[in-house]
Amino acid sequence: MLDTPQTPLVSVRDLKMHFPIHAGLLRRRVGEVKAVDGVSFDVMEGETLGLVGESGCGKSTCGRAVLRLYDITSGEITIDGAEIGDTSQSKLRKMRPTMQMVFQDPQASLNPRMTVEAIIKEPLDEHTKLSEAEKREKVGELMDAVGLNRQFAKRYPQAFSGGQRQRIGIARALALNPKFIVCDEPIAALDVSIQAQVVNLLEDLQEQLGLTYLFISHDLSMVRHIATRVAVMYLGKIVELAPREELYAEPLHPYTKALLSAVPEPDPSLATSNERIVLQGDVPSPANPPEGCNFCTRCPSVMDICKTVEPEYFEVAPGRFTACHLYQNTNDTAD
Amino acid sequence: MPDGALPVLDVRDLKTVFKTRSGEVHAVNDVSFSLRPGELLGVVGESGSGKSVTMMSLLGLLPSPPADVRNGSVMFDDKDLLNVDAETLRKVRGGKIGFVFQDPMTSLNPVFTVGIQIMEPLRKHMSMSKKQAAVRSQELLELVGIPDAKRRLDDYPHQFSGGMRQRVMIAIALACDPQVLIADEPTTALDVTIQAQILELMKELRTKLGMAVIWITHDLGVIAGIADRVMVMYGGQVVEHAPVANLFNDPQHPYTRALLKTIPTIHGERAARLTVIEGQPPIMTAAPASCPFRDRCDVAFDRCENENPQRYDLGAGHDAACFYNARTGAPRDA
Repeated sequence: MLDTPQTPLVSVRDLKMHFPIHAGLLRRRVGEVKAVDGVSFDVMEGETLGLVGESGCGKSTCGRAVLRLYDITSGEITIDGAEIGDTSQSKLRKMRPTMQMVFQDPQASLNPRMTVEAIIKEPLDEHTKLSEAEKREKVGELMDAVGLNRQFAKRYPQAFSGGQRQRIGIARALALNPKFIVCDEPIAALDVSIQAQVVNLLEDLQEQLGLTYLFISHDLSMVRHIATRVAVMYLGKIVELAPREELYAEPLHPYTKALLSAVPEPDPSLATSNERIVLQGDVPSPANPPEGCNFCTRCPSVMDICKTVEPEYFEVAPGRFTACHLYQNTNDTAD
Repeated sequence: MPDGALPVLDVRDLKTVFKTRSGEVHAVNDVSFSLRPGELLGVVGESGSGKSVTMMSLLGLLPSPPADVRNGSVMFDDKDLLNVDAETLRKVRGGKIGFVFQDPMTSLNPVFTVGIQIMEPLRKHMSMSKKQAAVRSQELLELVGIPDAKRRLDDYPHQFSGGMRQRVMIAIALACDPQVLIADEPTTALDVTIQAQILELMKELRTKLGMAVIWITHDLGVIAGIADRVMVMYGGQVVEHAPVANLFNDPQHPYTRALLKTIPTIHGERAARLTVIEGQPPIMTAAPASCPFRDRCDVAFDRCENENPQRYDLGAGHDAACFYNARTGAPRDA
């Protein structure tokens, strides 16, 4: 592990990403899906921030919005000292080399008509003035770095297995020496024995190149392994953010508690002894979130105040953030 | 669980081959197992290990060609399901053997209401009248914990959430009081909190209905919490089979041991680095003449190259297909 990093490389404040819903004959705007609804966090230099949550909670949208793959609704995003929240896409293009992304589905994110070499070379064509020979050499180096055999450079993606395809995606993300990489469920499509290979690769690269990751995943066990700090999302908001050990040892927010207790443990003795909190019902629609706290419809420790007042996201203890009335000082929230 | 009781389902030497343009793929190779009444057998393996194909072969659910069930017997109800006519097989499927598929979105018909789809097996297999079937469907939806069951019968699948759809699938599979329920990755497409709901539901239903269940998954965590016995598959064959506690506490096959080490956990010691099983799973283009795991195995020796190990009985209902004896740390006698 690196020393505890203290300077934020990425800083996100009150990020909102709302998608309009159009309906009716005139396709009038009738509402919006609040996919990400006021999220704030920092990613420290050299760390891995895990972003976990269930499907539909907005974690992928959040990751894409941070890289401005969307035009965000509102909020501030600072990456490596530059504010990119409202920068135009043409200006952003020049800044892209510092921030890259690894996508979930290595099948869908690689062009089947391009050779591996062409795929990894594309960012170099776009952003550098290297000669062809230099580019080829760089592609070779990248393939070595991610553990792909250089001889396969002229092959097409379909000739590779899932894990190898994900390595191609990682090599492409590394081509421009980025500082910050958003990994959106990079291992979700892979088999367990292959997941470990890719995670180890990501860790090695982080150590060698000093990378900073935002690691988006629904796999809480894997996030415990790879992340320095972990943020838990529910229905478009971060409900808890804490250093890894604290979060897993002593979760604060009732949702985090339920989520952790729902993870099946590969140990039959634990499986029977562990008290499992089974949440009732489903996640409400982000187009129509409940009043008050977003989690109040399923929360086992719901109080009256939760149904009317939205809890504030604040620092409970040094480095530990949560948004829950259980931890809020009553003086602050009295109306 | 009742030990020594006659198995409800007994599969012997099942072999399934797919014929493709680029040659044959030996997806299932001499798989044998039995299922006792009331027990839950977990089947674990990575994609391509043959776990789904095994289950689909024994119910004749694979289109032929390309699939070809070459060999084996599947004894159920004193009949060999591989040697019965289509009509008998149809009566078994959805009747005495229920099937829950992985993806609840694609396995329900979007243009029929959920009610019609639950009533279908009741009308076909139990010759119920429309009225009886409607009453029973409502009971089934209540059984799987869908609130406001009566009204929901008239809803279409898209009006249900993922977890609710999977409950509907389970209700359909349970419709005719099956003796055996085969669940193929029933919770893989679901979120963990919803998965927890379905797992609790399954436990409850098993005690209530006393049926035997085959639960296919790639998630060892799920297996640990729900199974009585576990069968680990790799390269189209069973590499290890044991009661659940033995499998997790005393794994004997190198693949099982490696697999248990590669998965991180949320409790206990956090490994600084994940253990990796190097290499890729094999593509079985020919009948295996050597151990399918040999290239990735850390204890492989010459014999593994030349011979495919049989399943060695290790006592206490535990067996493993490996020439290396993990208990003594030496190769088994030839």
